[in-house]
Amino acid sequence: MKRYLGQKLISFVLTIVIANLAAFLILNVLPGDPALLMLGTEGSAEAYARLRSELNLDQPPLVRYFTWLFQFFRGQWGVSVRYSMPVRELVASAFPLSLTLAVLAVGTAVVIAVPTGMFMAVRPRSPLGRLFSWFTQVGMALPQFWVGLLLIQVFAVQLGLLPAGGNMGWVSFILPVATLALPRTSIFSRMVKTGMAQTLQQDYIRTAFAKGLPARVVYFKHSLRNGSLALATIAGLQFSQLFAGTIVVEHVFGLPGLGRLLLTGVLARDVPLVQALIMLVVLMILLFNLLFDLALGLLDPRLRYE
Amino acid sequence: MVMRRWGTVILGLVFLLTVLSFFYTPYRPEQIQISRRLQPPSRLHFFGTDHLGRDIFSRLLVGGRVSLLIGVGAVLLGAVGGIVLGMAAGFVGNFVDELVMRVSDGMQSLPSILLALLFATVWQPGPVVILWAIAVGNIPIFLRLTRNQVLSIKKRPYVEAAQALGNGSGGIIWRHILPNIKDALIVQFSVSLAGAILAESSLSYLGVGIQPPHPSWGGMLREAQAYASMAPWLVVVPGLAIGLTVIGFNLLGSGWTNGR
Repeated sequence: MKRYLGQKLISFVLTIVIANLAAFLILNVLPGDPALLMLGTEGSAEAYARLRSELNLDQPPLVRYFTWLFQFFRGQWGVSVRYSMPVRELVASAFPLSLTLAVLAVGTAVVIAVPTGMFMAVRPRSPLGRLFSWFTQVGMALPQFWVGLLLIQVFAVQLGLLPAGGNMGWVSFILPVATLALPRTSIFSRMVKTGMAQTLQQDYIRTAFAKGLPARVVYFKHSLRNGSLALATIAGLQFSQLFAGTIVVEHVFGLPGLGRLLLTGVLARDVPLVQALIMLVVLMILLFNLLFDLALGLLDPRLRYE
Repeated sequence: MVMRRWGTVILGLVFLLTVLSFFYTPYRPEQIQISRRLQPPSRLHFFGTDHLGRDIFSRLLVGGRVSLLIGVGAVLLGAVGGIVLGMAAGFVGNFVDELVMRVSDGMQSLPSILLALLFATVWQPGPVVILWAIAVGNIPIFLRLTRNQVLSIKKRPYVEAAQALGNGSGGIIWRHILPNIKDALIVQFSVSLAGAILAESSLSYLGVGIQPPHPSWGGMLREAQAYASMAPWLVVVPGLAIGLTVIGFNLLGSGWTNGR
């Protein structure tokens, strides 16, 4: 386990450095001058000079990179140009909403996906199994923002049951969570199905049935547990997709979360804000992946010896 | 088999309509006719008109063409990059493998949409930004796939035999390895195309992608949002177009290996 842990930690740190170096390069080195980008063509020479020194642009790139990295890990994330507020305060106010949204969506997806996935694996040719299978195809294919728009039309505009957008307590979360959960439910249930279908072919399943175990025990204890382990590795990669989905869904429903903050930053060319947000998101995605890998290593001894 | 047939039918239709759009659209997609704004579907306008009186069917045709071209171009770029790097990582091994895989892990933590947002901060938002973002986002996917396949194939007796006979790496890759991983690559290509169409439409919806007045499926939905309750067809039609195309690519991808 120690070796496994060490390997994962080293690759975690390396990956962070690479991802964040890439983000820094794209934003700071490639096109030339962020200060010019932010001011546009109307900026005066004095404003330009002031902004340049504020952003440390008069330093060489390498110095800038390490200064920025150092300050980032000390919690000094700079000041947003668009909002004239410390990026940290902006993030602190937006973060809980995005996290709630993501956790609720994944939770909902898992709760629905496990039973439907099991059913598709055990009874693939039954009418209901086929229906589920088609439903997951559709669920993966529909663009999330479109599903969101339709849900708003039906439940908010036509029926008037739920708010169309904004943050007004827990009712505001129902439609966004449903939107965000739909593709993930489809993907997860297909994963459960594939994983279980593979284990169902194994000899130990036949043995379990042969020695007279009830189907319930065989399916849950022998098949589902083994099947979901192998596929949990793929599920780990879903975190980055989840964040991408959150950006879109927050925009559709007008929720003031991290995704919306990032989009505003991008459209306003707010380099300090975008830089800190991207770094933060990458950190979170990688941290989730690391925790996930470690949990898998604990659950499945085979992984530790690869 | 059924899946592949449906995938082929849907994509065939999409392809035909795309080709058609090069030669004929009922109206010019950017033609504004205020007197005919927000008309429901009729014989004159198959899918109705939008808030500026532009013909939805014409915009749909041209918008789909752009989506498909960006998707195919981006995935092709990403696939070629990923395959080359994956071959290098899998074939050379050792520290090259380690280095390439770490960089790939780093890239994988930035999904295409995030990359596009990053690019759009610096460059003008538009089709080129999306193309590159989706291409770069696809590199690690093809890289990992190629590398893992190469690792499992390069130890097989016939590859070792070819090496023993004195064949160069290039020849072995071309004659023995590529044909073996062809199916896996085709499946991934199809699935990646589905993802690319979704990413492009999401970005255009967010306003980072194809800019008005050029039509795009995502952009049409962005503009439709304000008129959704007056003119529901504005929302329904482009969304269905995206969904159908994506289902087509997904079905073709997952049906490819089952079908034979």
